[in-house]
Amino acid sequence: MTAATLSPPRSRTGTRGLSALIAAEAKLFLRDPGNLFFVVFFPTVLLIGMGYAIPGMREPITDLPEPWLGLRAVDLFAPLMLCVAAATGGLTTVAAYLAGYRETGVLRRMATTPMRPQGVLSAQILVQLAGVAVGGALSLLVASLVFGTPMPQNPLLALVVFLLAVAAMFSIGVLIGGLAPKGATASGIGMLIYFPMLFVAGLWTPGPLMPDAVEKVATFTPLGAASQAMNDAWFGLGMPWLQLAVMAVWAVVVFVIATRTFRWEV
Amino acid sequence: MNITPTTRMPSPTTSSPSTEPVVRVSGLRKTYGDKVAVADVSFEVRPGEILGILGQNGAGKTTTVEAVAGLRTADAGTVSVLGIDPQHDPAPVREVLGVQLQESRLPGKLRVAEALRLYASFYADPREPEDLITLLGLQEKRDTAYDDLSGGQKQRLSIALALVGNPQIAILDELTTGLDPQARRETWDLIEAVRDSGVTILLVTHFMDEAERLCDRVIVIDDGRVLAQGTPAELARAGRHGVTFRMQLPQPLDAALLADLPSVTSMREIGRDLEVSGGPTVLPDVIIALHSRGIVPDEVQTISPSLEDAFVALVGHPSEEDPS
Repeated sequence: MTAATLSPPRSRTGTRGLSALIAAEAKLFLRDPGNLFFVVFFPTVLLIGMGYAIPGMREPITDLPEPWLGLRAVDLFAPLMLCVAAATGGLTTVAAYLAGYRETGVLRRMATTPMRPQGVLSAQILVQLAGVAVGGALSLLVASLVFGTPMPQNPLLALVVFLLAVAAMFSIGVLIGGLAPKGATASGIGMLIYFPMLFVAGLWTPGPLMPDAVEKVATFTPLGAASQAMNDAWFGLGMPWLQLAVMAVWAVVVFVIATRTFRWEV
Repeated sequence: MNITPTTRMPSPTTSSPSTEPVVRVSGLRKTYGDKVAVADVSFEVRPGEILGILGQNGAGKTTTVEAVAGLRTADAGTVSVLGIDPQHDPAPVREVLGVQLQESRLPGKLRVAEALRLYASFYADPREPEDLITLLGLQEKRDTAYDDLSGGQKQRLSIALALVGNPQIAILDELTTGLDPQARRETWDLIEAVRDSGVTILLVTHFMDEAERLCDRVIVIDDGRVLAQGTPAELARAGRHGVTFRMQLPQPLDAALLADLPSVTSMREIGRDLEVSGGPTVLPDVIIALHSRGIVPDEVQTISPSLEDAFVALVGHPSEEDPS
């Protein structure tokens, strides 16, 4: 029994097995039908539902100015679905997973091994990010194939907006997951924020249809800003500097608060 | 279910005095706000032994082992695991210490073999997951999701996860709570097999029968302090003064005959038996007294003092009572 047995290569401690952990979290993600539906398929299902269930969605717009003249209402939803994808992942599944992992002792057990509990969270968030990316891409693909919706005029800006929207939504998810005592509580709080977020993003009044007063307020919410900026990227309406800044501030401030307040133990 | 390996070795002799302890805890103290979880706990664990930490719920057992595992920072005192302080340098301790904690579940859809392979990947020198699956009798359940396992199977997986890093020391916290008697007995066999494979075990429990069956030594903790330590037999003997035995007599007896003996302190009838307690010489004194009257008891049975009795005497209430 010598101290020599106690000198593992320090640099590897804590990251050894991280790829196995990411693979395991990915498997668990795929085994959860709720995850698959909400994160991966919900934006697409919503888009198809809107496109076919609501009358007039596929009729050309005649009462709006350029650049919307001649587009169809369903086309306004394609950029919005990327925002829906970001919010669904961040607010419903990320928050619930993190709080659930603490509640059930997954984090505590991990803390007894050379792997750090931060590793489980990172792996889980990485997998959720991949899910959101696939979900967003799928909704775009379907929008293009099924409805012939045009793709963004400024794809780089669209990508930046998407990343910032995901960062802001995931930060809120981590904040909720870090504070809520139980997975179910986190899920409930997430939902309470999710629906107002969808409202300010314009799910019920997409793009130019949002009343001015609501739009002014929405600009300062993370998903409202995301939706407005995404519209600008899609239809070539210029650089949404204010909205980009709003999203960045939300993402950074909330993430910093989330990391400071995260409760590792029940 | 074949849990016990057929080539079970006899238990190694309980640590010679010259062996260095693998765990040393000295003057440990831990408070949460106003609540003192551990007031002053000191003990040592010798290589190859099963040390039981006994106490009621809330006595400070779990906090103590959490400090050993480096999961809690102590307010005072020192902890050393194989010469390393887990409070200041937890990383190397995690490599050699396996921990099975109460109320630590796994993700519900993670399967048995997947969980073991995953946890094995965290360690520099893990045990072969397949060997553990066999050792713990989980072959049939290797592709079963955690949520679909029975309580006993979950506990066995939990023990396997604590061992998968090939630890020199394993902490097992209340591992038979909630198991049925059959599963408890199987788990006990398993713990002995694990110890026989060379792992030193810290067993936290509030079941006296478990401690009596498994532990080479025990420490009793109450209100965050060590009340007693020793082998289960030593503690049990210390808890009772004198000797008690029961006998069955072929004919009724004039009670005064025995009551007058100086070494007899009490007598009571239990069914057809007579239970007699008294000083160290009470058994020969009674037998001789009976013999002088030509009476030969049909049956004599000495009653071994139990750890349970000793625990009650020490702590002041039965062990299974939950004060919370």
